[in-house]
Amino acid sequence: MEPILWFGWFRADIIAEYGVMFWRGLQMTILVTVICIVQGTALGLAIGLARLADARHSPARQICRYLLRWPSTVYVSFFRGTPLFVQILLIHFAVLPLFINPADGLLISGETARSLKQNYGAFISGILALTLNSGAYISEIFRAGIQSIDRGQIEASRSLGLSFARTMYHVVLPQAFRRMLPPLGNNAIALLKDSSLISAIGLAELAYTARTVAGAYSRYWEPYLSISLMYWTLTLGLAWAVKRLEARYGRGDTR
Amino acid sequence: MDEVIRVEGLTKNFGQLQVLRGIDCSVKSSEVVCVIGPSGSGKSTFLRCLNGLEEASGGRVLVHGVSVHDNSTDVDALRSEIGMVFQRFNLFPHMTVLDNITLAPTKVRGVALEQAREQARALLIKVGLLDKIDAYPNQLSGGQQQRVAIARALAMQPAIMLFDEPTSALDPEMVGEVLSVMQTLAEEGMTMMVVSHEMGFARRVANRVLFMDEGVLVEEGTPEEVFDHPREERTRRFLSSVL
Repeated sequence: MEPILWFGWFRADIIAEYGVMFWRGLQMTILVTVICIVQGTALGLAIGLARLADARHSPARQICRYLLRWPSTVYVSFFRGTPLFVQILLIHFAVLPLFINPADGLLISGETARSLKQNYGAFISGILALTLNSGAYISEIFRAGIQSIDRGQIEASRSLGLSFARTMYHVVLPQAFRRMLPPLGNNAIALLKDSSLISAIGLAELAYTARTVAGAYSRYWEPYLSISLMYWTLTLGLAWAVKRLEARYGRGDTR
Repeated sequence: MDEVIRVEGLTKNFGQLQVLRGIDCSVKSSEVVCVIGPSGSGKSTFLRCLNGLEEASGGRVLVHGVSVHDNSTDVDALRSEIGMVFQRFNLFPHMTVLDNITLAPTKVRGVALEQAREQARALLIKVGLLDKIDAYPNQLSGGQQQRVAIARALAMQPAIMLFDEPTSALDPEMVGEVLSVMQTLAEEGMTMMVVSHEMGFARRVANRVLFMDEGVLVEEGTPEEVFDHPREERTRRFLSSVL
């Protein structure tokens, strides 16, 4: 292909040549982000509730403390206290082989394990690491959101005869969710950007594509500027979506 | 007349602090009982023990003969029989007035939505707020919010209504509208227990007045007995400070 120069220096033909690869990379980045937002939110809710679990009487009181609050606190502390990059490497090269391994995988072994690892290894590890990591952060958002709801709301609901679970579902979580939307949006944006770290274990998403292109041509402006603009567009889109949600759940707000 | 609530030797401690020091009393059907006393005397705590919002430290509370604080008691079912109105209204801000009122009947009692809405409309007519049916709580004044809160509690058709200082958070000009709704309820035969600083209301509406101080029931009697001929020195001192 003939070199095409934009503004006298930008080799647009490189981007065009790798167009399909960039497109696939973009799809992979979006796929990973969406999966991790969904799973991370579900995990974050579960962990957030576990961190708040308490009961008045034994043995439920002890169960809440030792089987729910302590483990979830340690979990959150670990995943917030270590670098995501290290978590990705640890999970991909140490944890995953323990469970999926042709010789003696605890979960899957033999030929299935070999092909699974070859074709989807980086995908599985990446998703697992990013989900576990964002779950820790999201659980803190849930915890703070739930704790920010006035006790009177819970008392009013319980006084009407609604159970604890129903009170959470109908009264506390909808109000907490509204307050949690801005931090959840920030978290989703961080997750989108952090997904680029998975390129380190060879998942063909946007950053990986850029690195490949950069290596092939020894040109750096074109691939990295291009994916920067793609990430930027995606984060702008996410921010817009969060704003729409805020407006929708904002009914009944003071202002 | 049958007994709705019976309280026997009720005590409540918050750590070292003894808030209730052995309360005995009972409320009969259709009775209106007002609880008065200085702030910090344990009135609100007492009321909150009646529907299990507070754990009792000792003694027991029976509602229709069922012990509130027993571990085996289905406290949700019991609470659906006891309406409670709070000082700070505690309406659900993310729901319209209509949804606030229909939530418990539909989710707890399994009443059909249309039927629950019909009942909500009737209750809103009763508290004079039918035109606010689709409003959100923050669009209402304090007095209107409290009237909606009363309608919300009534939607469960409770055997007794507990009022925890229902007018204390209101601007003075809104106190009257809430008290008049409560008076109407009383006249219709609702069993009520009211913690309040509204002495005029207590005198006008109550069948019985309880005076509480430092976690004990100091004196009880008809409004005339307590307000006009108090037997105890502490009652006299309190009344002379508020009247």
